[in-house]
Amino acid sequence: MSLLELKNVSKNFGGLKAVHQVSFSLERGEILGIIGPNGAGKTTLFNTLTGFYKPDEGEIWFEGERLVGLKPHQICKKGMVRTFQIVKPFLELTTLENVVIAALNRTELIREATEKALQTIEMVGLKDKAETLATGLTLPHRKRLELARALATEPKLLLLDEVMAGLTPTEVEELIRLLKEINRRGMTILMIEHVMQGVMALSKRVVVLNYGEKIAEGVPQEVVKNRQVIDAYLGEEFGNASN
Amino acid sequence: MKKLYLFLLVAFVALLVLPKFLSSYALGIFIMIFFYAYLGQSWNILTGYTGVISLGHSLYVGIGAYMTYLLTLTLGLSPWIGMWIGGLTAGLIGLVIGFFGFRFGLKGVYFVLLTISFAEIGRLIVLHLKVFGSFQGLFITPHFSAANFQFKENVPYYYIALGYVIFSMVVVRLLERSKIGRYMIALREEEEAAESLGVNVFKYKMIAIFISAWMTSLAGAFYTNYLYYLHPGTMMSMAFSIEIILRPIIGGMGTVLGPVIGSFLITPLAEISRTYFAKAGYEGLHLVIYGFLLVAVVLFFPRGVISYIKKALSSLLGG
Amino acid sequence: MIALGLSLIFGVMRVINFAHGEMMVWGMYVAYTILLWTGVDPFFSFLVSAVILFILGYLLQKAVVNRILDFPEAMQVLPLVGMAMVFENSARLIWGPDYISPQSRFALSSLSLGPLTIDTPRLMAFSIAILITLLVLVFLKKTDMGKSIRAAADNRLGAFLVGTDVNKVYAVCFGIGTACVGSAGGLLVPIMPLSPYIGAPFTLISFIIVILGGMGSLTGAMIGGFIIGVAESIGPELITNIFHAFGLDLDFPHTMKQVVSFFILIVILILRPQGLFGGRKG
Repeated sequence: MSLLELKNVSKNFGGLKAVHQVSFSLERGEILGIIGPNGAGKTTLFNTLTGFYKPDEGEIWFEGERLVGLKPHQICKKGMVRTFQIVKPFLELTTLENVVIAALNRTELIREATEKALQTIEMVGLKDKAETLATGLTLPHRKRLELARALATEPKLLLLDEVMAGLTPTEVEELIRLLKEINRRGMTILMIEHVMQGVMALSKRVVVLNYGEKIAEGVPQEVVKNRQVIDAYLGEEFGNASN
Repeated sequence: MKKLYLFLLVAFVALLVLPKFLSSYALGIFIMIFFYAYLGQSWNILTGYTGVISLGHSLYVGIGAYMTYLLTLTLGLSPWIGMWIGGLTAGLIGLVIGFFGFRFGLKGVYFVLLTISFAEIGRLIVLHLKVFGSFQGLFITPHFSAANFQFKENVPYYYIALGYVIFSMVVVRLLERSKIGRYMIALREEEEAAESLGVNVFKYKMIAIFISAWMTSLAGAFYTNYLYYLHPGTMMSMAFSIEIILRPIIGGMGTVLGPVIGSFLITPLAEISRTYFAKAGYEGLHLVIYGFLLVAVVLFFPRGVISYIKKALSSLLGG
Repeated sequence: MIALGLSLIFGVMRVINFAHGEMMVWGMYVAYTILLWTGVDPFFSFLVSAVILFILGYLLQKAVVNRILDFPEAMQVLPLVGMAMVFENSARLIWGPDYISPQSRFALSSLSLGPLTIDTPRLMAFSIAILITLLVLVFLKKTDMGKSIRAAADNRLGAFLVGTDVNKVYAVCFGIGTACVGSAGGLLVPIMPLSPYIGAPFTLISFIIVILGGMGSLTGAMIGGFIIGVAESIGPELITNIFHAFGLDLDFPHTMKQVVSFFILIVILILRPQGLFGGRKG
């Protein structure tokens, strides 16, 4: 049984088909990349998967259970957690406090949650920032915080929304290493990514979205040679150039 | 941090012995300080910590006050018992308001207007009920006894009010460190992120409003048995709601000491300027000053006085 | 028309002017003072009220409102509430706490239109209000400043980027909003007794109207105003009749008419917060 399965998922906004009949599945332990030009519906897909939107059409199964109709916090309890493209740290709290809140997903005890939080913070490399207020963190650190929070909820599936955006190549390399390690320990990852370096290095498979529809799926090396995919991205470039 | 606890301990002891040295009038001011500090703290739970803004908290005070009165009147129930029933009622009403607001995703301004509406409807209903004195309000004849929560002098009220404040501070402090409180703070900071991390938004907002409403209404019993006069025009009005929120905002929302400091700053000012200016024939002037003060503080101390105190203290004491 | 002013202010700047009602009361007092000093009837002097309130509003916006535009809502409420207190109590200090009912030339006269008798002050107030509303609408649609205001309402950053002096626009807008309210005040002088404390209910009612009609929708404000006006007038009787029909020996007193409006507000907030004509939600 696949860990995650989507069948004909659609989400419309008024007349706009943000996501249209998207189907794919994800196996345990995989890293699947979702790529596509801006506005292709990737984040909308995430929002639909995590219960922030209700799909107009289609089914979503997580470990064989239907997800459609569940609220985001319930989906988190089931083991699927996401990060946000524009990071949303709890600014008035310290790094540690941020992650403790996430860790409380699995326990009622503050002590346990704090332990778990500290472990997670160490894993993502924020140990010396544990007592820093989130407002005082740089963007790359905030991204790690976002990741740490997600990990602290003890998910089975991690949904990353452009987690590498805005990072320098060195920072991207570090993050790639971190994600590989997390995956090695058994985490399944679904990542929306624009930074090709990350996609190629991490994804076992890739799904390409354009205008809300899936236009290609497969191993990264092949997908980038796909005619339609190239058109979609070039179209974006040419479109921008001629404006 | 340790220094803070030491300071608080000293302050507490000082407050304990203060009544020996103060006149009844001065005690009265302190009572008001404590009263408003408590109210502000109760409101703080919903707004300062959970981020849900309410401008209708006077409703809960009214519920607490009128219910304890009613229970004493009809069942001869001591306010000490009646206030918990009143508290429960207020909490339930809070849940109703919360239900309408949270279930339908009302936020910010819209939720504020919802709270105002309920408070105003409550006020208008009470205003028309004969059992509560209708337009004239209710004068209560005191039967002084501890069981009745009615005392001849200010001293017992002082200690009771102080007790209220300590109680509220303990509650808030416990909340701050508990799962519930942390979830509430998460909701205030980033609701969506909190939700995606497993926080049941509806549930925790409802918990917050219940606790806040319940606690606020407990002060109603105090009000009834201290002032001996109930009128929805004062007690369930928007003006009172504004007074309630004034002190925590100036002192610092979302902190344990904020409402208390705010009350220590504002209440004496309000009380003294009111009497002073009234005597000088400029009644209402104190409110003009109040108004300007409000504007000035929000413009220049938006995080509340306490954040500046913290900064000042930490640089003075080296952390 | 009061609601019109408020709608303008909220729609453009997303700030709740809690001082709205109190500023209106100032408008009333200005007109009254003019009446007292010069004998000029409020139906003309309301223009002076409008001008003075415009200036007050403009200044208020520049001094206070502009700085709080980005504050969280709890903090936005306070300064304006503070200003409301200032207006209310300074009015008290200047003009005294008691009710005043100035006499206007038209005050007691009334017009007969077939089977209806309408008293002149209300009729005049009504017509002038409509006139002003139309003027404001025209202003917003046709003039440059008007267009700037609408642009700034839609997209503050965008308007800024194309060179609009956003601060000035906001100030003018606020000023117009308060001018509306000032005129309303002037026009109301012949109709109701005047006291420093009558502002608050007006603030609240105008909020209800604005939400009902839709924030930022000026037609909405007009229609909302109409609906609320009707609801408050006939609501209590209607409800009393319903009570009696069900066998309840309960009367819904006229002094509780605001409950009707608040109830409508609650319903609207729950079902359609953007109001009847509002565009965006929230």
